[in-house]
Amino acid sequence: MATEQWVIVLATAVASATPLVFAVLGETLSERAGVINLSAEGTIMFCAMAGFAAALATNSVLVGFGAAAVIGALIALIVAFSAITLKQSQTAVGFVLALLFSDLSSFLGAPLVRIPGPTVPAFAIPVLSEIPILGRLFFSSDPLVYLSYVAIAVTWVFFYRTRAGLMLRAIGEQPNAAFVRGADVVRLRYLYTLLGGALMGIAGAAFSLNFKAGWTFRHTGGYGWIALAIVIFGGWNPLRAALGAYLFGILQSLASVAQDQFQGVPTQVLNVAPFVLMIVLLVVTSSGWLERLLAGAPAPVRRRVLQALHAAPPAALGKPFRQD
Amino acid sequence: MNVELSHIHKWFGSVHANDDVSLTVRAGTIHGLLGENGAGKSTLVKILSGYITHDAGTIRLDGKPVTIRTPTDALRWGVGMLHQDPMDFPPLSVLENFMARLDGGFWLNRRAAARELQTLAARFGFSLNPEAHVSELTVGERQQLEMLRLLSMGAQVLILDEPTTGISATQKAQLFAALRQLADQGKAVIFVSHKLEDIEALCDEVTVLRRGRVVGHVALPCPPEKLVEMMFGKVLSAPIKPHTVRDQVALELKDAVIRTDRFDLHLEHLTVCSGEVIGLAGLEGSGQQAFLATCAGVQRLARGKLWLAGQEMTHKPHRAFLDRGVCYVPADRLSEGLIAGLTIHEHVALRSPNGFFINRAHVQRLAERAIQTYSIRGAPGTLVERLSGGNQQRTQLALLPDPLSVILMEHPTRGLDIESTLWVWQQLIARCQQGTAILFASSDLDEIISYSDRVLVFSGGRVSKPLEARTLTADQLGYMIGGKF
Amino acid sequence: MAARTVRVPISQPGVYQVGALVAAVVFLAGLVLAVGESPLQVFAALLRGAFGTADQIGRVVNTLTVLLLCACGLVFTFNAGLYNLGIEGQLTLGAIATTLALRLFGEVLPGPVAIALGLVFGIIGGVLWGVLAGALKVYGRVSEIFAGLGLNFVAQGLAIYLVFGPWKRPGVASTSGTEPFGEHLWLGTFGRTEATPVSVLLALAAVAMTIVLMSRTYFGLRLRAVGQNPRAADILGVPATRQLLLAFALCGALAGLGGALQVVGNFHRLTPTISGGLGFLGLLVVMLANFNAAWVVPVAVFFSALSVGSLQLPLVLRQVDSSLAGVIQGVLVLAALIGRGLRQERAAHGD
Repeated sequence: MATEQWVIVLATAVASATPLVFAVLGETLSERAGVINLSAEGTIMFCAMAGFAAALATNSVLVGFGAAAVIGALIALIVAFSAITLKQSQTAVGFVLALLFSDLSSFLGAPLVRIPGPTVPAFAIPVLSEIPILGRLFFSSDPLVYLSYVAIAVTWVFFYRTRAGLMLRAIGEQPNAAFVRGADVVRLRYLYTLLGGALMGIAGAAFSLNFKAGWTFRHTGGYGWIALAIVIFGGWNPLRAALGAYLFGILQSLASVAQDQFQGVPTQVLNVAPFVLMIVLLVVTSSGWLERLLAGAPAPVRRRVLQALHAAPPAALGKPFRQD
Repeated sequence: MNVELSHIHKWFGSVHANDDVSLTVRAGTIHGLLGENGAGKSTLVKILSGYITHDAGTIRLDGKPVTIRTPTDALRWGVGMLHQDPMDFPPLSVLENFMARLDGGFWLNRRAAARELQTLAARFGFSLNPEAHVSELTVGERQQLEMLRLLSMGAQVLILDEPTTGISATQKAQLFAALRQLADQGKAVIFVSHKLEDIEALCDEVTVLRRGRVVGHVALPCPPEKLVEMMFGKVLSAPIKPHTVRDQVALELKDAVIRTDRFDLHLEHLTVCSGEVIGLAGLEGSGQQAFLATCAGVQRLARGKLWLAGQEMTHKPHRAFLDRGVCYVPADRLSEGLIAGLTIHEHVALRSPNGFFINRAHVQRLAERAIQTYSIRGAPGTLVERLSGGNQQRTQLALLPDPLSVILMEHPTRGLDIESTLWVWQQLIARCQQGTAILFASSDLDEIISYSDRVLVFSGGRVSKPLEARTLTADQLGYMIGGKF
Repeated sequence: MAARTVRVPISQPGVYQVGALVAAVVFLAGLVLAVGESPLQVFAALLRGAFGTADQIGRVVNTLTVLLLCACGLVFTFNAGLYNLGIEGQLTLGAIATTLALRLFGEVLPGPVAIALGLVFGIIGGVLWGVLAGALKVYGRVSEIFAGLGLNFVAQGLAIYLVFGPWKRPGVASTSGTEPFGEHLWLGTFGRTEATPVSVLLALAAVAMTIVLMSRTYFGLRLRAVGQNPRAADILGVPATRQLLLAFALCGALAGLGGALQVVGNFHRLTPTISGGLGFLGLLVVMLANFNAAWVVPVAVFFSALSVGSLQLPLVLRQVDSSLAGVIQGVLVLAALIGRGLRQERAAHGD
């Protein structure tokens, strides 16, 4: 392919990955605090509809995003209340919510199907967009895409450079140990689950107000499950999860280009890729097979490799916190 | 900082874990808290550190009454505690563990934290690599890290709960030197232990707890007999077990290494005869549970070999042990021994599988007979979690197949009244008379002496040679549990 | 100070469950009112849509048979303590395997024999997919939730690939699926409805088998023991590994059979969405039935009637989309979960 074609493929990839970036950041946040928000599929789809409806009603994209974020947080509140306060299975509740809100989006969103609505306006960042190639790739789209860069950076910095971020990782790992260090585990878990839900809500609105502007039945079908897989693939690290989202974007964007070469293979087949990668990575890392292989290596090497491939879930993921 | 606890009470359900405990620790001293299992030491220090809340009583620091209801409160007043199980984050690095706390700024300043960690470590002669992951550290190193974190947070009162279990001799020496240095700087150190040796080597004063109450307070040095007497507080009852030992070997272990999460337990050679009862004495968590689980094939031997009646069973699965008549009865009845959510009837069925379909009438008869024989207060259809503790234990006994070659039991009579206790032992001794060997762990020394032929003492990651129960004295046992073999 | 009395949690009459159910119904009624329709009219329309004509009843029965097969399979995995979210994939793979069998033997063997072979292939396909998730769980220590979800997409990807690739219709490939099989490969029906007696018999047999296995056999008892507490079960002599794999295999077999029926009884071809979401719906059914095999039947009947009855809704009442069925199902299960949680939380806290 010519450079020109590559630039188009990659630019499309960046745009198509943007909603997923918000979703994986949200899910990573929530899971790092110890709560699996399995409702992602429903949350994203419902918020796509609700965000679109709000934006349409007010003719303001901003209101649309705001409404989506609030609704995402409210759905997460159901997960948080059932999981943290009632100590019910996070899987059961999240799963039911995933199905429920998918259907609810169709039910309430029926009148909105295929009508035009507001979208995020394009905006090329002056100066930066003039950079050869890179400018076209990253700085010639719209504010939402730029916001996603900021979100990635902020989340990463928060995780690894701030004390609150360190405590966030702590409560998902050993809530008891975090508690003796003074952390209010229950309140923090609520906070991060809601915050994660809000990000997923934004992801939904990012579909309906930007990347796949408009609303149809099951408009974002499958993306929630894909986001869950990418979070695991990303080893619960926001930067790696975001890279996973871009990788997926590239795959999809390549697929549409490659359609001519591989006729008969629909792009949906490529949706399988993140799941296969997730399973392979989980097998390699959680079966202890990798540790055994590296047992002979010197400690720093071992540490480096394990860290690079790290995919061990937060130790307290999915477990309710009980003070003894 | 002076610490003054007065009239502290704490109940767990109907158990009075701390009963009017008062204690004063002066700044600049190391104060030992001594006592056997369940004496209430850990409860007391967890209250002081805000990990659990007390039901009554006051805490004064430097004469000022303070409210401590959460760890944050305690840390704010300068009280820091090293828990018995390390409270840290294994997948995170040493430096991150050091920085994981609420004080300090919004941003993590890695360089400054690393510098502080190194300086503090150097002061005590510890060597910790800030980039290493905590999962790679030894228990002793994790302890050092926790201690440095507490000190850097400005702890004036340092509590250590059983810190010498599972750490090396060098680490112990380093720890003691560090604690002495801290006391000399005017900090108050509370050292919880059951090991006489450590208390003697380190502490200025010692308070002894027994069954939730303070039974004595002495300045050290003092004759160890006195401490032993305060700890156990009585003359032990006499052995009452009839002779049932036969000269066939039921179980044999050679050069065994049994792994626990804190240390490796070495056992050179042990033979257990049919009909023999071996009591395992020692503070809980000294490896008795891992030892019993290993003898049942529930846990694998890390090294060494194991035979049952002459047949090698090393690394065979638990099923194979069951088939050879070895049964394990865990202490935690509802999380390991019985299955909550299933009825007595269903437990009986699980133990006596016969064909594909369950013959309900037959199992019902078996269950009714078991309920009658073992005087269980419940019906075949009762869910096991609805039974009282004593009846759960009776159910566990009723579920033991007949005949058996070896029974491995943890705390056979814990939580039972006297009548049930006597009854349980009647059943067990009847088993011995049929040739079953019994190994049991207990924190009740009377029970150990009364019913054992021989005794193994577990302490500080080591296990003693088998001792004849008949010739064992309370002093001797007390010393050994206190770590002096 | 007196010693505290210990309260034994007593199962209270399900005030919380009833309360949650009432809240759910109120919420649903409000939802319908919000889109400007009358709840009673919607209810009547749902009833008519499900049971109004013999045709519709036939469709309910067909949905019900597949749903029951999935739900029965899930009773085994739930009782073994597993969230088998991979059921959709097991269903899909069953359908793929059946299609393969019919393509191989449909024209060379007599119709009934080919259909029987197709059913067997379906079962094998489902078992393969179920055991794969089980092996990942038991030997690879991969959560069955994520492994299952992943395998669902892999199975669906495979179906899409086949429909658009090697098995595409002569001429142009389309999402409507492969070329329909000849009528000799269709299951016979009750009169002119779509309901097939064979499906009904198989589903009833599955229900009977599930009830008997779960309540009358050592297999069911061991499964529950492992599901409640794997460690205690192991100490009592029930090895968990085998039980878990068996649960996955059984669930896969039943789901695979369901997939086979989708092909030979309902669609007569392979489509990319052959599962019709009935696997996931089965999960909801079993959760609402509180994992009890006998309760699965009424809940499944109700859910099937909802799903089929709602298809007519947009034609009758303009404002109401057919997705209302899913909303009702989801809200009911959610209410049941929260009600159960509230009761347990209350019981744990004394009163």
